[in-house]
Amino acid sequence: MRFGVVRFPGSCDDIDALLAASRVGEAEPLWHAYRDLHGVDAVVVPGGFSYGDYLRAGAVARFAPVMEAVADFARDGGLVLGICNGFQVLCEAGLLPGALLPNAGLRFVCRQVQVEVVNADTPFTRACTVGDRLSIPVKHTTGRYYAPADVLAELRERGQIALRYAPGENPNGALDDIAGVTSEAGNVLGLMPHPEHAVDPLTGSADGLVLFAAMAGALARA
Amino acid sequence: MRSPVPDAARAVELGLTQAEYHRIVDALGREPNEVELACFSLLWSEHCSYKHSKRLLRSLPTEGPALVMGPGENAGVVDVGESLVCAFKVESHNHPSAVEPFQGAATGVGGILRDVFAVGARPVAVLDSLRFGDPRSERSRYLLDQAVAGIGHYGNSIGVPTIGGEVYFEAPYEQNCLVNAMCVGLAPADGLIRSAAAGPGNVLILLGASTGRDGIGGASVLASAELGEDDAAKRPSVQIGDPFEEKKLLECSLELLDRGLLVALQDLGAAGLTSAAAEMASKGGVGLDIHVDRVPLREPDLLPFEIMVSESQERMLCVAAPEDVDDVLSVCGRWETRATVIGEVTSSGHMRVLCDGAVVGDMPVAALVDDCPLYDLAPREPDLALYPAPPRRLHDEDPRAALLALLASENVASRAPLFEQYDCVVQSRTVRRPAQSDAAVLLLAPERAAEALSAGAPLPAIAASIDANGRRVACDPYRGTIEAVLECAANLACAGAEPLGLTNCLNFGNPEKPHIAWQLTESVRGLGDACRALGVPVVGGNVSLYNEGGEGPIYPTPVVGMVGRLPDARFAGRLGFADEDDLVALVGPFRPDLHGSELARLGGAELPRGLPELDVSAVVDALDAVRDSVRAGDLSSAHDVSDGGLAVALAECCLAGGIGASVVVDAAALTGGHDKALVALFGEGPGGVVVSGPPGALDRLAERVTVHRLGAVGGTSLQIEAGGSGLSVGLSELAEAYNALGALFP
Repeated sequence: MRFGVVRFPGSCDDIDALLAASRVGEAEPLWHAYRDLHGVDAVVVPGGFSYGDYLRAGAVARFAPVMEAVADFARDGGLVLGICNGFQVLCEAGLLPGALLPNAGLRFVCRQVQVEVVNADTPFTRACTVGDRLSIPVKHTTGRYYAPADVLAELRERGQIALRYAPGENPNGALDDIAGVTSEAGNVLGLMPHPEHAVDPLTGSADGLVLFAAMAGALARA
Repeated sequence: MRSPVPDAARAVELGLTQAEYHRIVDALGREPNEVELACFSLLWSEHCSYKHSKRLLRSLPTEGPALVMGPGENAGVVDVGESLVCAFKVESHNHPSAVEPFQGAATGVGGILRDVFAVGARPVAVLDSLRFGDPRSERSRYLLDQAVAGIGHYGNSIGVPTIGGEVYFEAPYEQNCLVNAMCVGLAPADGLIRSAAAGPGNVLILLGASTGRDGIGGASVLASAELGEDDAAKRPSVQIGDPFEEKKLLECSLELLDRGLLVALQDLGAAGLTSAAAEMASKGGVGLDIHVDRVPLREPDLLPFEIMVSESQERMLCVAAPEDVDDVLSVCGRWETRATVIGEVTSSGHMRVLCDGAVVGDMPVAALVDDCPLYDLAPREPDLALYPAPPRRLHDEDPRAALLALLASENVASRAPLFEQYDCVVQSRTVRRPAQSDAAVLLLAPERAAEALSAGAPLPAIAASIDANGRRVACDPYRGTIEAVLECAANLACAGAEPLGLTNCLNFGNPEKPHIAWQLTESVRGLGDACRALGVPVVGGNVSLYNEGGEGPIYPTPVVGMVGRLPDARFAGRLGFADEDDLVALVGPFRPDLHGSELARLGGAELPRGLPELDVSAVVDALDAVRDSVRAGDLSSAHDVSDGGLAVALAECCLAGGIGASVVVDAAALTGGHDKALVALFGEGPGGVVVSGPPGALDRLAERVTVHRLGAVGGTSLQIEAGGSGLSVGLSELAEAYNALGALFP
């Protein structure tokens, strides 16, 4: 089981994602200029400020050569996890519905939050039970999830809302307390909280590890 | 662009004195031209030359068992074990932040990060020390909001966690805010690089951003003069930060070092290319030829002197052997970092500036770097009080009201609304975040965490803290500075760390005034004595003088930053009470005194002249005992008594742990017979630590140090009995008061 972690210029949480993934499998970086994914079994698009994010978060990174390969991989059913900036990039790339807007408070917010599992029937959350609460940090300026009403209704209907901030925990004003959504086929998950920063009680919490472990497990079964 | 004919009058305009100008003429044997005068005016500015502080700083201890690289390099370095070394430094960006707070603070962070990766260390943490005026003033709120956003913008974007800091609000900082940033980096023990240029024939390569007109004269115009009314006009002297450019520059520089492609590396900070090149040449005892026409520019018509002094950010200068240049350029290309060969190392001992083949400046390096006159200070203790008494805001002497007023004071209240704007977890090292422990704790090797934990092996870590207390230094520059150093050491001890080295940033007013010279002299004496008592070397630092506006000088504010080592992060200390029925005790030779305290400030008291005598070695012994106890895993919590005294410390332990406590304070025993509850509860001073733990742990501590057993952890309120009076406050009421700063960040 090999995870590939995309590395754009300006990625910051790439090493953290590699460390987290290597707790449940092997992990290697995927340079932004790569045209293929070097045969990895799953892809993580990590957090950070790709290309400085001076335009709109993720708007430049989606055009990186490696993203074409990631899109093909996703279309073929490959598991892709987008964390924070990675979530923004995947939305910009059209691999996930909706968009991330500036936080309601207009400030960067770094905080440990409680995230509730809404759909436990995804390759990322299958080790969880609906209603489970995971303690995971958020840290972003642009994390307010938004989708038009009709899209939102579809997301609810299809179970694409995988994770919500627990009541009272929404740090950014996200619509419907949405913390993470999947693609229609369920093989792409984007979330604003950072599960790679919740893999060890020593550094705060180990609750995020279940997502990586589930990915490894899903592939082992496949 | 005006192109003045240089003469003594122009030199004075650039911040030099007449005498200094004549000294330059003597050194050159002729009148300097425009390029040369620009270079001299910057390198001989206070900011670059330390001409008013250098002699004083020589009195500081700079040797210690863990020392690897002391003052003089871009950052000090200590050995932290595990074949790793730690580089760290604190620097000010006060005047730029007072003029343009967002960019001033952001580029302050950018600059200190470059200092650390210039020695080959990867930045792993940023801490900051901030001072503003009254938060009820519009100007202070603007400065605070923008400075915090600027620090976050840079640190968050570049992927370096901001893990600690401190902020105070006092009237003397109203016009002249302080923004000091500290960076901590780690490198393999054999991975350091120095800044000395070497090897005539080697090539000088400029890395990073292009060069523009931003920040011209920043070191002399902004950093080495008092603030005035026309400061908005100085905004062009403030640089603009680009953390994305620096992120690439950082990764690129570290890869170049890792591949062994560099002979020397130096960041471009104050005075830009001039300072970087002169320092590299001076340290290597060589000369440099710099072709300014090869420097990539942001705008086409920069004059040679502007290119030499521009403070455009995100640039580094390196020296490489000619045969390695292609490899250097190729690594830079991969990181999309601009790299341009702009000159070469010579054996001339001169820094020559060339433009299109013509020599436009030619200066002996020694004259630039070593010939700057050093000035002795003329210290004199002032006869009258320098600072007016703060406005009275608390009229009630009831302990309960005092506790709530203190918790809600801007100098005590929770810093969460600030530090939540900083990423404190990136790089997966952060074992103790802000407000979890008195010092931040970072793993040395996060990649080994999983394996070590499952094997039950220790996980070595470092702890870092930054501290200062300008008001107490204003009361007594000598003892106040000692207190600041002891507080920093206490913060490390509460986390379980022993200090390895200290960096400092001395923020003072105009040293040419005798009373400021006295503050500075006394403060440095205190700094030296405290470091010697702790056995901790000063590994580097920064001096920021001329911090005064029309309303007078700032409080003298020596900021100290320390890095320490813990053998095992699993036993890193916490500040919050944890377990019901744990006993609570006050440990150490703490002698509370209300003079100069936060309560006295709220009561509108004049600053006292002098602080109580203190027994430094007794405090050091107490900190040793607390540290050993934390490391042994004996204690559930440890938190040093600081602003607001014992009662505030107890409340902070309750709030951090989400659990109450019930204590009885023997006011007479604590105050030496001075049986007044207010003094015992809210008096301040060094040497006190509130701990909690099982009875056996306190018994063991009591064998080494004074332990006042106070009570027990439990319940949902803080109940204190002292000197016949008592108070009880529920956790939610404590929390409401403590969250006062939230209103500043709606």
